[in-house]
Amino acid sequence: MNKPVENNILEVRDLEVKFFSDEGTVNAANGVNFKVPAGKSIGIVGESGCGKTVTAYSVLQLLPSTGKITNGTIKYQANDGNVIDLTNLKSESRAMRRIRGGEISMIFQEPMTSFSPVHTICNQISEAIMLHQHLSKQKARLRAIEMLELVGIPNAKRRVDEYPFQFSGGMRQRAMIAMALACNPKILIADEPTTALDVTTQAQVLKLIQGIQDELNLSMILITHDLGVIAQMVDHVYIMYLGKVVESGSVYDIFDRAKHPYTRDLIQSIPKLHGARGERVTSIAGTVPSTYKLPKGCAFHARCSDMFGNICRTETPLPIEVGSDHYVSCFLHSREEGKNNARDAR
Amino acid sequence: MFFTQNPEDNLAINDRQKELLEEEVDETEEQFYYATQWQLMWWNFRKHRLAVGCGILILFMYLMVLVPEFIAPYEPSTRNRRYANAPPQRVRLVSDQGFHFRPFVYDLTQEIDPETLQRNYVLDKSTIKPIRFFVRGVDYKLWGLIPSNIHLFGVDDGMLFLFGTDRLGRDMFTRVIYAARISMSIGLIGVFLSFVLGLTLGGISGYLGGRVDNIIQRIMEIIRSFPQIPLWMALSAAIPPHWSPVRTYFAITVILSVIGWTNLARQVRSKIISLKNEDFVVAAQLSGTSETRIVTRHLIPSFMSHIIAVITLAIPTMILAETSLSFLGIGLRPPVVSWGVLLQQSQNLYALTQAPWLMIPGLFVVVYVLAFSFLGDGLRDAADPYGGMKR
Amino acid sequence: MLRFIIERLLTMIPILIVISIISFAIIQLPPGDYLTTYIIQLEASGDSVSQSEIEGLKQRYGLGQPMHVQYFKWISGVVVGDFGYSFEWNQPVNTLIWERLGLTLVVSISSLLLTWIVAFPIGVYSAVRQHSPGDYIATFVGFLGLSIPNFMLALILMYGGYRLFGMSIGGLFSPEFVDASWSWAKFVNMLSHLWIPMVVVGTAGTAGMIRIMRNNLLDELGKQYVVTARAKGLSTVKLIFKYPLRLALIPFVSTVGWLLPQLISGSAVVSVVLNLPTAGPLLLRALLGQDMYLAGSFTFLLATLTVIGTFISDLLLAAVDPRITYD
Repeated sequence: MNKPVENNILEVRDLEVKFFSDEGTVNAANGVNFKVPAGKSIGIVGESGCGKTVTAYSVLQLLPSTGKITNGTIKYQANDGNVIDLTNLKSESRAMRRIRGGEISMIFQEPMTSFSPVHTICNQISEAIMLHQHLSKQKARLRAIEMLELVGIPNAKRRVDEYPFQFSGGMRQRAMIAMALACNPKILIADEPTTALDVTTQAQVLKLIQGIQDELNLSMILITHDLGVIAQMVDHVYIMYLGKVVESGSVYDIFDRAKHPYTRDLIQSIPKLHGARGERVTSIAGTVPSTYKLPKGCAFHARCSDMFGNICRTETPLPIEVGSDHYVSCFLHSREEGKNNARDAR
Repeated sequence: MFFTQNPEDNLAINDRQKELLEEEVDETEEQFYYATQWQLMWWNFRKHRLAVGCGILILFMYLMVLVPEFIAPYEPSTRNRRYANAPPQRVRLVSDQGFHFRPFVYDLTQEIDPETLQRNYVLDKSTIKPIRFFVRGVDYKLWGLIPSNIHLFGVDDGMLFLFGTDRLGRDMFTRVIYAARISMSIGLIGVFLSFVLGLTLGGISGYLGGRVDNIIQRIMEIIRSFPQIPLWMALSAAIPPHWSPVRTYFAITVILSVIGWTNLARQVRSKIISLKNEDFVVAAQLSGTSETRIVTRHLIPSFMSHIIAVITLAIPTMILAETSLSFLGIGLRPPVVSWGVLLQQSQNLYALTQAPWLMIPGLFVVVYVLAFSFLGDGLRDAADPYGGMKR
Repeated sequence: MLRFIIERLLTMIPILIVISIISFAIIQLPPGDYLTTYIIQLEASGDSVSQSEIEGLKQRYGLGQPMHVQYFKWISGVVVGDFGYSFEWNQPVNTLIWERLGLTLVVSISSLLLTWIVAFPIGVYSAVRQHSPGDYIATFVGFLGLSIPNFMLALILMYGGYRLFGMSIGGLFSPEFVDASWSWAKFVNMLSHLWIPMVVVGTAGTAGMIRIMRNNLLDELGKQYVVTARAKGLSTVKLIFKYPLRLALIPFVSTVGWLLPQLISGSAVVSVVLNLPTAGPLLLRALLGQDMYLAGSFTFLLATLTVIGTFISDLLLAAVDPRITYD
């Protein structure tokens, strides 16, 4: 657990994010822990509403005004080698803005709405380049064309002056990737980058991201609800449920040796190509509970098929190391230990 | 199909889990998921305290104009020659003799200025006239049926002019109350007519599309190109002066709504167009539901709440239009009294400076319109049932 | 773009034709006509010179003939700039309307500018600082502005002007300039009178525009592309000006189309109260007196101005939104 921070370009600890509204307080993240080793990619997986996007937005301090980081640290190893806690930076401060887009950049789920419809692609890409790399307008434009060529947009010289509505969905997502990478960031956060695309385009875009990541030695956080995507793309996986990481491990740990009932259910719910005829895809019973009022005990207990006793309802399980760098938060694997830990924690 | 096994497997939740699920779901939350559109709207609406307050105020105003004969102490056309252009009497609780539990007014007496020969009103501080409630006064028949002579308030002898009198000595308070009945109903009837027109034509235009849509769109475009007030002026000027007040009243209402429906039709049309391709409508079409049923059962209910908000916001426009027309003398005509007709008296600077209280009906227009605007605004916010859920 | 302009111009033609028919029909609605009354009067006084003059007029405008003949006689005059004859004023309509129409435009357009200058920053502030005290005040004042009938505001200003300064604030010119020909001094004199109708006519529009601007901008501020722009590291101010404001301007610009007719309408009533030499009072008088060519031509010209206003706002819209001309 106490590995030196130098290996990790980003380390998030005990991140808590709350949204305050008239209806009550939403606990969007309740102590999220993960780390991104330099040059590696990690995946964050979970159902809708489990706090994946909120976690990503917190890193860049992009939360809407109703959302606040209430606890935790986000340690980032900046270009100059210093380690900065991003939670200490003001959201609109100069330092934070320099990191945004310049050192950590992000691609979003909806390529349709992520571009302004009334500005040209060139305008929107070169804007970031001029801002962070202080290039002239003409040079920024050349760089934008270069980036569009890199992401495989044909006829980039001409198309750079078109508007986003003249691009197809897949093309737009490519342009989005070009925009994100234009300033040579250290970390790329990809928030469901392929969810809104059709399957063939999805595969192309994923391949593109992977190729670029290898080529540029990027660190990447891939956020998705699709375990299938994760398997081909990342080194280390974090499974999130209700604003918490419930299990983390290498891709092999997660797919072959999943310990948490929720992870197992998620894997079960992937349709299999070679399954027996008549075999049915299972789904996880129930839906994600409301984040207004978190359930007591283990957050998953109401939907858990392996719930074994009262402890699941009353105590919160803590992460237990069950293998090399493979952690799981479940009493199934630590009946005694979990109880003790829970008691100690109070 | 993959679903060859026992369908009961699909419900693979064990009993304990089921029990847990039921226990866990918060009650209010459960209500939220099962609430109808109207319940959601009501819950959202309740949060807008200003809008709720305005709703209550409007309700109160309408209750008042249901029984103007009872509320008003006099009759709207009774002239009191002795009290022409009398200023409003202030209701007081404290006199020279100290505090009174019953509110009272001082009597008004006239003095003629020996130099200018102008009549001036002075307060006669020696006569205290207590205001009494449920007093007997002029006979009237409530709704033409119930004979009565009880008025909400009045004084025992002499006159009580809360809002002063006009130049013929008619009590302005009484006239404002009676005018409210006309002004407030013309808004409702006018909006109702334009609602019928707008919903029908907008609905047809949006649902059928194609040529019909095109034609209706052009008609709307043309009507909208006329500057409203000159068009109203032209149409109202065409009402023959010899028509009876009631006929004029309806003619004005029709004129207002003939122009007013376009806005509503536009909203209905765009809503229908966006809803027409929604899955639930396509599903209804595929299962052979008739067109009429789709429109009345699926489409209209899904944007009704929005339409109600639009209608609420259309009422003030109607009132303002009627007031402007009557003010110019081409709307309603005396002896019918509406707020606009009353305001006509204050059209020139002389009247205005001599009797500024003649502008009081304008205050009612402002309050009424403001209340409807806030109510409509609150309704519009509430009409988006999941609007509050957006993050 | 050129194609767009031409197409848009072509669609205006049928609309203008229908508008002219409606204008003509409206003025024909009241029973009887001015000329008949006029002839009876003249015959009573036995004026024979005017008698022949009337015959000429009857001939020229097809009076007494079927409606469509009258319409065609009128409209063929309008096309070449002859708007007919005012029987009440005993002058060609042309000599009566142009200056008044010009002043109507002066009042309306200056109110429009005032509306924008005031509404724009307040609307932006209200949206960016949503739920701040300033936002609440702006919202309340906005609603109040929408609720006060134009003429009430004019009355209140007149009353206030009289009480505070003891002067009458009606009119667009001081008495010595009313009949003077145009000069720099007259222009300056007009400007000093113009602010009252500007404020009165512009209030309702300003209130409406503040709300439109605020709602548009709030809509745009919640969109995904704003997050994208923030993720690029843009500063808040730069971001708001470059992105959401630009997009919020689109519906804002498209409101010019209806704002101009609304202002012309508003100025019609206000002009009656404030006694301004604009189209409103003359039109009202012509309508009441059934001076049909004057009334019809005025209605037609005001509607035409509106159609032109809509056309201009469409052009502006195409200029700020590239999606309009692209197909």
